[in-house]
Amino acid sequence: MKRERPQSFNTVPMKERLTIPRQDMPEQDATLRSANFLEVNLGLTPEQAVIEAQRCIECKNPTCMEGCPVNIKIPDFIQLICNEDFIGAAKKIKEDNSLPAICGRVCPQETQCEEICVMGKRFEPVAIGRLERFVADYAMQHGNGSEEIFGKPKSTGQKVAIVGSGPAGLAVASDLIKEGHAVTVFEALHEFGGVLVYGIPEFRLPKAILREEVATLETMGVKFVKNFIVGRTMTIQELMADEGYDAVFLGLGAGLPRFMNIPGENLNGVYSANEFLTRSNLMRGYEFPEWDTPLYRAKHAIIVGGGNTAMDAVRTSKRLGADEASIVYRRSEEEMPARNEEIHHAKEEGVKFMNLVNPIEFIGDDQGSVIAAKCLRMELGEPDESGRRRPVPMEGSEFIMDVDMVVIAVGNGSNPLISQTTPEIETNKWGNIVADEDGRTSMDGVFAGGDIVSGGATVILAMGAGRKSAIAINDYLKAKVRSSA
Amino acid sequence: MYKILKAEFIAPNVKSFILEAPHIAKKRQAGQFVMLRVHDKGERIPITIADSNTEEGWINIIVQGLGKTSAHLNTLETGDHLQDLVGPLGLPTHIENWGTLVCISGGVGTAEALPIAAAGKAAGNRVISIIGARNKDLIIAQDQMAEVVDEVRISTDDGSAGRHGLVTDVLQDLMDEGIKPDMIVAIGPLPMMEAVSNQTKEIGIPTMVSLNAIMVDGTGMCGACRATVGGKTVFVCVDGPEFDGHQVDFKELGSRQRMYKKQEEESHKCFLERQMKKMKAEQMKEEVPA
Repeated sequence: MKRERPQSFNTVPMKERLTIPRQDMPEQDATLRSANFLEVNLGLTPEQAVIEAQRCIECKNPTCMEGCPVNIKIPDFIQLICNEDFIGAAKKIKEDNSLPAICGRVCPQETQCEEICVMGKRFEPVAIGRLERFVADYAMQHGNGSEEIFGKPKSTGQKVAIVGSGPAGLAVASDLIKEGHAVTVFEALHEFGGVLVYGIPEFRLPKAILREEVATLETMGVKFVKNFIVGRTMTIQELMADEGYDAVFLGLGAGLPRFMNIPGENLNGVYSANEFLTRSNLMRGYEFPEWDTPLYRAKHAIIVGGGNTAMDAVRTSKRLGADEASIVYRRSEEEMPARNEEIHHAKEEGVKFMNLVNPIEFIGDDQGSVIAAKCLRMELGEPDESGRRRPVPMEGSEFIMDVDMVVIAVGNGSNPLISQTTPEIETNKWGNIVADEDGRTSMDGVFAGGDIVSGGATVILAMGAGRKSAIAINDYLKAKVRSSA
Repeated sequence: MYKILKAEFIAPNVKSFILEAPHIAKKRQAGQFVMLRVHDKGERIPITIADSNTEEGWINIIVQGLGKTSAHLNTLETGDHLQDLVGPLGLPTHIENWGTLVCISGGVGTAEALPIAAAGKAAGNRVISIIGARNKDLIIAQDQMAEVVDEVRISTDDGSAGRHGLVTDVLQDLMDEGIKPDMIVAIGPLPMMEAVSNQTKEIGIPTMVSLNAIMVDGTGMCGACRATVGGKTVFVCVDGPEFDGHQVDFKELGSRQRMYKKQEEESHKCFLERQMKKMKAEQMKEEVPA
């Protein structure tokens, strides 16, 4: 189906649009924010949003949409912003993305929609992510949730269980509730959001925003059940046979931290990024002892890895009062998988980057606490299978540095819980669930998507996978009704 | 919220809770645990399930008030609620007919050893229970244990009940009497499990221990509970909690259990101060009737 060109509300002449500078998002001062957990980015003002929207040159073939894993109608919502119809713009986004306030904050727009924005070829791309965030927040503050957009669909009488309340699960829930299915989301932890609640810090994604998005889904009719571990509290077979669920979606996430398998990794003060961030984000360890969960407040923290998770961990340790918080990464900054914005923010906050360095051992005191890291300097050799240049140790480069905390942020394996309890679901040699493009697994009626299928990726890719699965689940349920009729 | 159907002290500082938990009761097997939070700012702690009833939909946990969270938990009464409760977690105990099974337990470990002893008996083993405690007041679940096993032997550090000595002395007595255990299960404080493992390693009796590690999520997601077993890192929550005692690095686990000792003491102190204030305020209320 061909998309109609949106009505243009941009009154700025085409030539002038090219001269409007990209609008910077106001943010908390770096010195101030490196000592608090409040959100770093403060969001565009309405005036800024309109100016930024006016930078869009309304391409005939808008490439930006192709760069979006969930194909948000970007030019349409931008025109609505030009018309100062911010609520309308939010509704337009929500047709394709149920969690815009979250995606506007955590999507890597610079490698997606903004990377292929035509403006970006000669000038700077339109700040699509900032605009998305702005209208989502505006709609939230003005009490316009999705329930008003879609109304109450006719019930199909079919039940879907969604396992995991992370980005993939929430995307599926949102799409299927609109189709009139009865949707229940099961969560193992005591709060909803998966990685959005335990992994992403408050200063990047305030929990209040997440709760608001979950509450919207609740008003749309999605049922949320916490403290429920599918596989243990109830198996998938029991959900389907005894509880009458017609289909199941597994959005379990990549829930098993990888370690480096080097000596000293089990010393006290050595954390997986998952543990460190969960203690801080989900359990509010940074408010200990007001909150009960303890967390190390290190003086010299190193975080091993170069992804977004490593940036979250290093910026958290800085906020917990570290004199020195460093990223230790075995390649160079160019190869870092983290978003530019995160790297930039970390630097502003005083994070030290030790690139081309790799730890080979952690050294402890007689109490079993980490006191030093033995490291090698690296150089880049030939490209490896990932296409990035392989880091090679430099001879005689070994050195020891004092540290009192280490966070290992080198990725996640897959959680064994479902494969332990549901052998009929095929997994690959890394333990990831095997699923086709639409998320179908080897078990009839069971679908999967997000990190549990792909391995560690991003929030928006998990949501994209969830949306594909939602279409397949809807088709599956329709076919089921037809065959039983 | 999760209702406490019954709460009662069964020894000084040791409280037994019957919790409403129909799903967990239905699924739980010997050796598994739950994660719980006492209040909305609380930490998540693992506690082994001691007993359950599928028809009535409850589980039983036994809690020793050691740190802040367990002390707070032990102030709760019948009719109160827990903030969060999830399970059952961990792999169930592997049970088979070994021949003679000796279940060694200390402290609240006896409550945790009870379902394993019962399952061992049901599988056809001759089961002998050895219960150790500092003194006779701290022995729990002795009667329940006596109901399910062939024989119960007691040791106390001060000699106030049973043999004056340690559980390892009782185990030695057994063997001196010519009883040869085919399998040992040891559950209790770390030094006890380590002592038993050292003793049985020398004489070559397979020994299973139930490790009590610090956990956050309890589902394999965080790795807080890692331990070294047979030179390899394991996650106690998803790979255990039970392991071959002869392979466990007890020294490392011991130091990992003390990781937050300072913070825990601080937290416990804050809690006790708050409790004192509360008590004083209540006293004032009583003294000045409205």
